[in-house]
Amino acid sequence: MLIYVSKRLLQAIPTLLIVITLSFFLMHLAPGGPFDGERQLPAEIEANLRAAYHLDQPVWRQYFIYLGNLLQGDFGPSFRYKDFTVTELIAQGFPVSLELGLWAIALAIAVGLPLGILAALHRNSSIDYLVMGTALAGVAIPNFVIAPVLALVFGVLLAWLPVGGWNDGHWRNMVLPVIALSIQQVAYIARMSRASMIEVLGSHYIRTARAKGLSEREVIWRHALRPSLLPVVSYLGPAIAGIITGSVVIEQIFGIPGIGRYFVQAALNRDYTLVMGTVVFYGILIVLLNLIVDLLYSALDPQIRYDD
Amino acid sequence: MPKPLLEIERLQVDFELHNSRVNAVKDVSFTLGEGETLALVGESGSGKSVSSTAILRLLPEFASTQGAIHWHGSQGREELLSVSSRRMRRIRGNEISMIFQEPMTSLNPLQRIGRQVREVLDKHTTLRGQAARQRVVELFEQVGIPDPHRRVSSYPYELSGGQRQRVMIAMALACEPRLLIADEPTTALDVTVQAQILSLLKRLQRQYGMAILFITHDLGIVRHFADRVCVMRHGEVVESATTRELFASPRHDYTRMLIDAEPHGRKAPIAESAPVIMQARDLKVRFAIKKRLFRPTDYFDAVRGIDLTIRQGQTVGIVGESGSGKSTLGRALLRLLESSGEVHFEDTDLTHLDSSTLRPLRSRMQVVFQDPFGSLSPRMTVGEIVSEGLRVHHPELTRKQCIERVAEALQEVSLDPAMRQRYPHEFSGGQRQRIAIARALVLKPRFLLLDEPTSALDRSVQATVIELLRTLQQRHELTYLFISHDLAVVRALADTVVVMKEGRVVEQGDTEALFHSPREAYTRELIRAAFLDQAA
Repeated sequence: MLIYVSKRLLQAIPTLLIVITLSFFLMHLAPGGPFDGERQLPAEIEANLRAAYHLDQPVWRQYFIYLGNLLQGDFGPSFRYKDFTVTELIAQGFPVSLELGLWAIALAIAVGLPLGILAALHRNSSIDYLVMGTALAGVAIPNFVIAPVLALVFGVLLAWLPVGGWNDGHWRNMVLPVIALSIQQVAYIARMSRASMIEVLGSHYIRTARAKGLSEREVIWRHALRPSLLPVVSYLGPAIAGIITGSVVIEQIFGIPGIGRYFVQAALNRDYTLVMGTVVFYGILIVLLNLIVDLLYSALDPQIRYDD
Repeated sequence: MPKPLLEIERLQVDFELHNSRVNAVKDVSFTLGEGETLALVGESGSGKSVSSTAILRLLPEFASTQGAIHWHGSQGREELLSVSSRRMRRIRGNEISMIFQEPMTSLNPLQRIGRQVREVLDKHTTLRGQAARQRVVELFEQVGIPDPHRRVSSYPYELSGGQRQRVMIAMALACEPRLLIADEPTTALDVTVQAQILSLLKRLQRQYGMAILFITHDLGIVRHFADRVCVMRHGEVVESATTRELFASPRHDYTRMLIDAEPHGRKAPIAESAPVIMQARDLKVRFAIKKRLFRPTDYFDAVRGIDLTIRQGQTVGIVGESGSGKSTLGRALLRLLESSGEVHFEDTDLTHLDSSTLRPLRSRMQVVFQDPFGSLSPRMTVGEIVSEGLRVHHPELTRKQCIERVAEALQEVSLDPAMRQRYPHEFSGGQRQRIAIARALVLKPRFLLLDEPTSALDRSVQATVIELLRTLQQRHELTYLFISHDLAVVRALADTVVVMKEGRVVEQGDTEALFHSPREAYTRELIRAAFLDQAA
């Protein structure tokens, strides 16, 4: 188990390297630089600044300088947020993003799973059609549409909840972004758990359970539930990735000071080190969460054992 | 006649499917006495499984059941179709138990097997805790699961198919039922395992004094297992009699046809001077199971050094249980798999040829696979499937010539050439297997590898395919390598038989000699398990 985990972590290194390389060069391909703005800097000052940040060097050399710093755990200074290092900015934004993301994934599971199972148990009934119809809409409508609509209805028209801001994580500020972030995942999880429950209910061992004389409730709780969770658990990896990407948009719309927001602004400002810092951070996060999901899967399915 | 235990009267089952109604069981009546073994026999689609599943009301919701099922159980005579669901649940697994055809998938894969058996005790008995655990171990001992104390905490995936079926039986017997419904319980198992399970069921039947309703398509089992037989066809019982009567003097045409469909006849011997067409020396195949960086790869040796000589016009039968390496051997001979050792075909040494130099030879050595459903592309018409080989090997043929060759091949396998416009899904299993044979024949091969070509087919269909293979062999002087786990079929078709086990040849020799006086214990076991030792 321990060997398996360390192996997976080692395997993550090439993955991360590819991510870093691709984003580094793509970023430098985009026109403009961190010091291009409406207000033209004097030529000497700009030259000094560029030299200080190695921007006068060829891109490939900058790449290796960056990698070298990264190896020492140094994400570099932010170009735009003066006096802050990238590490400091991430450390500031991450708790906010994490809280938002955890609530969103919790909501997605807490709502999506029961809805899907309910639909499966009442297959082809009006409940099923209602749940699946709504879920289809949830999958189809992107979160950057849902978010402003939610803000408009509950924030502006009904004025029940604030339209934006974080307010140190007050629950009233969190409701709308969490919902906007999770709706798509709720829909996916509902559809997936319905399909897998239906498949499990048709399987031979469910017939065996019925032939034993178990009641329908016992059949579902003892024999159908756990197997039907398996596909949902393996979807959690992609779901988490989806929520992270979603948060980039949602934090921007609701004005939440998480890393997603830094990421967007950094990209727009060509704040190279901050963009790279968030990309690397997201990369590590997704690798780790996928590993956790896989370990969770093995806890549910005895046939999956990680012993080497 | 013993006291009646189960009386089925005019049972009718309909399935409602997408606005259409399928009448699966039409009018079935039979009676099963206490302690008796009744076999329901029929081919696929005869309604035998549906009838037996209806007894415990385990059919899917879209099935509607009419008629009456009278059960003489703990509460006196009751009609099972109308008792409450609560009462039905008290009967299931307690008074009437059921075991199924699919041992691999009938157990919950995420639960320990001991727990799955204990659940029945929890449900229907007052045994709890240590006493319940003790009873599970005892049951495992009775059904012959080795090391039962340890095995109770195994998961299903750690058990073989035969052992899983034993667990199912333990589960079914946990509450000492009066009736056991066994729906093709040995069909998915190897023949020696089948024999063990059948004798286990016989022994437990005596021990518990229970009745068995045995659903099967295999007349060999019926003959040795059942007291009475009901023959079903198209949802109706066409004949019911004691086993002895039924085999001695079948009254219904269909019953006679089923009995005649048991493989019979023998292969006419070939001339001793017939030239050798294929020869293998020390043929070995190994598969990499696990490839690891910086460490040696783990291998599985599927075929461990086999010598084989096949003469023209000969049929060599390869028998063995699943995992014995018989299919791998066949594929290695045709160089469809990487192997070591030598293979000669006609005058060519195949050993070192690459795929492009092998290709022209392929038209002379063809193959027909087991699965008539999976091995034909569903997106191609029959004409396209049959003519594809022609287009590769004979690009010089005109379109018209191609169509003629395809029509010829289809006629050879007794299919209407006009069918070439249709798609595989429009055909039955037997017809598809004919299409697969036509596809091989169109290239005018000299050597055919037949890998379980009849195993997925009903006996009566199987008989016609065997007849077809015989006719084709005579007409075209074909050489067959016939792979099968079914000894009866091999006996009817082969000149010589090779018995394989764990990648090695256990015994090989002339078919009749081998069946009459097998030298090896394993061969004897196989023959006995297939009921071929006493049968005439």
